[in-house]
Amino acid sequence: MIAPDTVRAPSPSTSFLREVIAAASTATRLQLCIQCGTCGGSCPSAADMDHTPRQLFAMVRAGMRDEVLRSNTPWMCLTCNLCVVRCPQEIRIPDVMAVLKSLADREGTTPGSAAPDFSRTFVSNIHRYGRSYEIGLVARHYLRHYPLRLPGMAPAGISMLAKGRMGFGIHRIRQIRELNAILDRASQLEARQ
Amino acid sequence: MSHYLYYPGCSMDGSGKAYGQSLDVVCDRLGIDLEEIDDWNCCGAFEYFAISQPRAYALVGRNLALAQQQRDGSDTLVAPCSACFLNLAKTDYTLRSDPALAGTVNAALDAGGLHYDPGSVQVRHLLEVIVREIGIDAVEGAVTQPLHGLRVAPYLGCLVTRPDYDRHWSLREHPHEFDQLLSALGADVVDFPLRTDCCGGHMTQISPDTGLELIRRLVDAADRLQADLLVTVCPMCQMNVDLYQAEMNHRFGTSYHMPILFFTQLMGLAFGAEPKQVGIGSEIVSARYALNRRHVRPFEAVAEDEPATPRRSRRSQALPMPRMPEPDEHPEVRS
Repeated sequence: MIAPDTVRAPSPSTSFLREVIAAASTATRLQLCIQCGTCGGSCPSAADMDHTPRQLFAMVRAGMRDEVLRSNTPWMCLTCNLCVVRCPQEIRIPDVMAVLKSLADREGTTPGSAAPDFSRTFVSNIHRYGRSYEIGLVARHYLRHYPLRLPGMAPAGISMLAKGRMGFGIHRIRQIRELNAILDRASQLEARQ
Repeated sequence: MSHYLYYPGCSMDGSGKAYGQSLDVVCDRLGIDLEEIDDWNCCGAFEYFAISQPRAYALVGRNLALAQQQRDGSDTLVAPCSACFLNLAKTDYTLRSDPALAGTVNAALDAGGLHYDPGSVQVRHLLEVIVREIGIDAVEGAVTQPLHGLRVAPYLGCLVTRPDYDRHWSLREHPHEFDQLLSALGADVVDFPLRTDCCGGHMTQISPDTGLELIRRLVDAADRLQADLLVTVCPMCQMNVDLYQAEMNHRFGTSYHMPILFFTQLMGLAFGAEPKQVGIGSEIVSARYALNRRHVRPFEAVAEDEPATPRRSRRSQALPMPRMPEPDEHPEVRS
């Protein structure tokens, strides 16, 4: 007598799902995803994503940590919240994407990409001045990632300067030291979690 | 005099300068008194949340804590920029619903001598305050020079009505309040189906293919509806459509000329302010031709402002938008 063939799915590790949920606020509700695909169908940038949000969430559940953190999907999220208002489970999808971005950034799985670099430059300006510094941010970013777009953008950029919509002046907030103390304390608390 | 706490955001005296200038005029005419939060910091846009959640919430939390300290008569905090508004509203909502996170944020704020009690400040977008608290009737009452004949496409963008944590809006995809406000100014408001579509946000910086296509859809839809201009409530939407329109035209081989103004600029004009007072002329895609053509205000030097080919090129390689019915096809809907 031959034993019947049994097909057993390898039980996926849920450790990555738990990691993502722990890093997100409880208001994010990722664990409630029912895989309906409304998010990807609504998403204006889905065409440029490696995986639709639904696929990505299935991959999170399947424990495909490396693949998820290498996917461009979180970085293509526009945070337009169209998926949020259509999601039958009211999952805060852009907030899940933000968590995945911060994990990928910490792991360094997005080398050379313009998106994380833009975020990092923006954040370092906040630490330095407490405000965004548009011209410094844009100039550095274009020189580094899009030098070929510069000639085409030059006339509009010069108009921005001429019309006073972009200035070289920097505004630094008075309590920049206190702000950095707050952000440092938040970093310590984050590391302890 | 209505008194509110005010969080201007970084673009109000930078790329969105015209928004700030025109807001001054609107506040003056409607008796709105905005008290700026002292020593506020950047809300982090979408960038800080991509690096760290607790730090991003603490960054925004500092502004909420400063607002709480400054409460005096009003606990409503008004933000004119949709991204700042979203971050402030999202942080308040998330701290209200996640006490553990609120504890972390307050422990961080303590390092700067601050504290925030979630829910102690009501975060509102400027548009919501004008529509709901000042009221469309009061706006209509202040109009001295109605914008008759000016065809405007109301472009709200995504973040004012979405996710709308506390359900302040009629609808989150096709709200009608902005249309009503612009109608009250006497403008001819087109039924703009993309009113809450995304302008691409920071995609023009990190993925131009994505960003320029989203800008093309907006401009193309407004052009097909024969709008004279787009009207926005957000400095980022304004900058994307205005500053990147030339690059978008170049990319798709089109020749659109679709100006985009802030709603406060049109309000100022309708209240009788001079175009310069409300920052008209600081846009890259000039609105002068459109305003002249509709006799909203006489400008000098009309001819040189007229775009060579105001309508869309037939050489466009891009996929067409689904066609909207012409206004007279369904007169019962709206003209």
